[in-house]
Amino acid sequence: MSAKVEEQVREEHPLEKILRMDRIPHIWCPTCGLGTTVTALSSALEQLQLDTNKVAVVSGIGCTGRVAGYMKLDSFHTTHGRAVPFAVGLHIARPDLKTIVFSGDGDLISIGGNHFIHTARRNVDMTIICVNNFIYAMTGGQVAPTTPLTAKAATTPYGNAEHPFNLPLLAASSGAVYVARWTALHVRRLTVAIKEAIQKPGFSFVEVIAPCSTLYARINKLGTGLDLMKFYHDNSVIRHGADLNDVDIDFQSKIVVGKFVDIEKPTYIDCLNAGNKRAFGDKYKPYGGGNGDN
Amino acid sequence: MKADPKNVLTGAHYLDGNHACAEGAIAAGCKFFAGYPITPSTEIAERVSRRFPLIGGVFIQMEDELASMNAILGASWGGVRSMSCTSGPGFSLMMENFGLGLMLETPCVLVNVQRGGPSTGLPTLPGQADMMQARWGSHGDYEVIALAPDSPQESFELAVHAFNLSEKYRMPVLIMTDECVGHMTEKVVIPDADQIELIERRYTDKKPGEAWPFEETEDLVSPMLPVGQGYKFHVTGLTHDYRGYPVINAEAQHKNVSRLMDKVRKHADDIIWLEEKDVDGADVVVVSYGISSRVVQPAIQRAVKDGIKVGQIKMVTVWPFPEKRIAELAGKVKSLIMVEMNFGQVFLEMDRCAKGKCETYLVGHAGGTVHKPDEIYKTIKEAAK
Amino acid sequence: MKFWRTPLDIDKLQIPRGELHILKERCKGCGFCVEYCPKGVLELSDEFNSKGYHPPKAVKPEECVNCDLCELLCPDFAIYCVRAEAGEKEVSN
Repeated sequence: MSAKVEEQVREEHPLEKILRMDRIPHIWCPTCGLGTTVTALSSALEQLQLDTNKVAVVSGIGCTGRVAGYMKLDSFHTTHGRAVPFAVGLHIARPDLKTIVFSGDGDLISIGGNHFIHTARRNVDMTIICVNNFIYAMTGGQVAPTTPLTAKAATTPYGNAEHPFNLPLLAASSGAVYVARWTALHVRRLTVAIKEAIQKPGFSFVEVIAPCSTLYARINKLGTGLDLMKFYHDNSVIRHGADLNDVDIDFQSKIVVGKFVDIEKPTYIDCLNAGNKRAFGDKYKPYGGGNGDN
Repeated sequence: MKADPKNVLTGAHYLDGNHACAEGAIAAGCKFFAGYPITPSTEIAERVSRRFPLIGGVFIQMEDELASMNAILGASWGGVRSMSCTSGPGFSLMMENFGLGLMLETPCVLVNVQRGGPSTGLPTLPGQADMMQARWGSHGDYEVIALAPDSPQESFELAVHAFNLSEKYRMPVLIMTDECVGHMTEKVVIPDADQIELIERRYTDKKPGEAWPFEETEDLVSPMLPVGQGYKFHVTGLTHDYRGYPVINAEAQHKNVSRLMDKVRKHADDIIWLEEKDVDGADVVVVSYGISSRVVQPAIQRAVKDGIKVGQIKMVTVWPFPEKRIAELAGKVKSLIMVEMNFGQVFLEMDRCAKGKCETYLVGHAGGTVHKPDEIYKTIKEAAK
Repeated sequence: MKFWRTPLDIDKLQIPRGELHILKERCKGCGFCVEYCPKGVLELSDEFNSKGYHPPKAVKPEECVNCDLCELLCPDFAIYCVRAEAGEKEVSN
């Protein structure tokens, strides 16, 4: 039996070169949307023909935090909420690398919320992929800052009494230069968005609405992850450039998706160099990273 | 490796401990500093922010200390020597990711200019009451390296030494100074760059695909893997194996944590740095660290004049604790006295190691000011009886 | 009513053909590929893999147009599509 299994698994999936196959199968539940999002990032990297030696991925804690462990890239699985500041340090040390933060909604926006808004404000050149499944999944389905009002969670058994964050609005108003939202079903558009985000100099943010069948769907009696995908199919409204005040997500409401923000703004390192140039003139050598020996 | 002359402000300067510490870090090749303002440590950040632009370094003021600690870890993995500074309340916030630094075995330096606590405590006055937090502040079991300078000159020197230890043992190293040393201005002599010996980071000599981030080595310090060069390594704060992959079971936990602890324990003799004076044949030995080791001196001189045989041990490294030396002395002397600005933190370690073989005394107070030599003198008198 | 025109070069266009590869042991039976295959090529089989899930099977493999949607949607990297060497068929109007 096991020999046969081995043989079947050894077939070469096209993404195998960018995944740590020695760690697959992953820990995510059946019908979880995370694997699909990983495929979108992998396809984006492949289509951009980036040198994958020069891409680093940083994750925090939670189901999404495990992404770093499955991507065959220089990858860092940090502490809860702290992927972004870790990535800030990494990016400043090595601005030649593409730094991608792959994190969940609770990790990035609740415990890591302060880091998120400040890094957006500084316009540090990195790409944030936020997988929003509306719940803390790894810990067993507790309420998140993205859980829609009235939705149930393990810690809001009578329905959530809090208004959720509108993530695209939060990112844009904090200073992000690229903001998009897609669902795990819009996998081609998501791939395009991730490609654009990676190429964009500055703080780019892609929210991915993804199904959590084991917790969010089960607790709220929404069926399986497949039912959530069908829901996204029927209820997503593509509206590029939408007024971000209108993209709130209510419980089982329409989900506005699209590319919302795509602007130009000097990055943190651009501003750092410009400021020091003003102060020191030709004595200042523009910062390019590393130990200053470059 | 010698220090880079363009980083070293060779010459005699009149500096306070914080500025001297910043110069030490810069001389040691620090090129990334992430910090958050907090009294009484901020002068380090200010000095670094002024000095960095022309030597190719980056200072960034983060949104809080949680972020600062993480950013220096990220930068260190990016191949850049990095540091942060803080004081009590910020130190508490940094403890979370100080633990990540230990788990990921990331070289970096963290300075705590101690003030009185708990909570906001005494922002502008000295304390030494974070010593046990330095030892045990992050959750879990681990060993740390903590240095305690007693003067601006030593602040400079220990900053260099801290970077060297952090690279040698691939771990964050703490400098546990205090408000008094931080704000005390004295002559600081910065040597020529070629007089400053730096330990280079050890990177793997294996090819990508063959190297792992936590390989088992005889000295328990695995060479690091560089980012951006195709090693495509993974590191995690979860309990992991030599590959850096998470392994969640008791066996892996035992192996992982034991290695982190043994890395320091087995090299304790190399790390521990004590300055001893008149200890041989002494009846009473006064043990102290940081600013307290200067305050004890007039008291010791007075006691010596009275004919008491008093020796002194200054702990330049407080952690790892000099267990062997204290145990050995306990069998020889009448009493050991610990002088520290807290109600007995490192004293507990001294007492533990003495194992009742001699009397142990604590001269401690809650912080806010240095000790009065009188109190120390009285204790020496009593201890000599 | 038709909203699209017939391409002028329709006689030259060919619909690509795809060849499906299903890594049954990796499948967790989510059904994404079955649901969203635009050609209805797939169906969940009655067969169990060693994890106890029903992996998909191609019931109309000849219909596959190599669109890759199953591959992109699969959260478990368990299905992929490669362009079939021969057998491209003409676009019918």
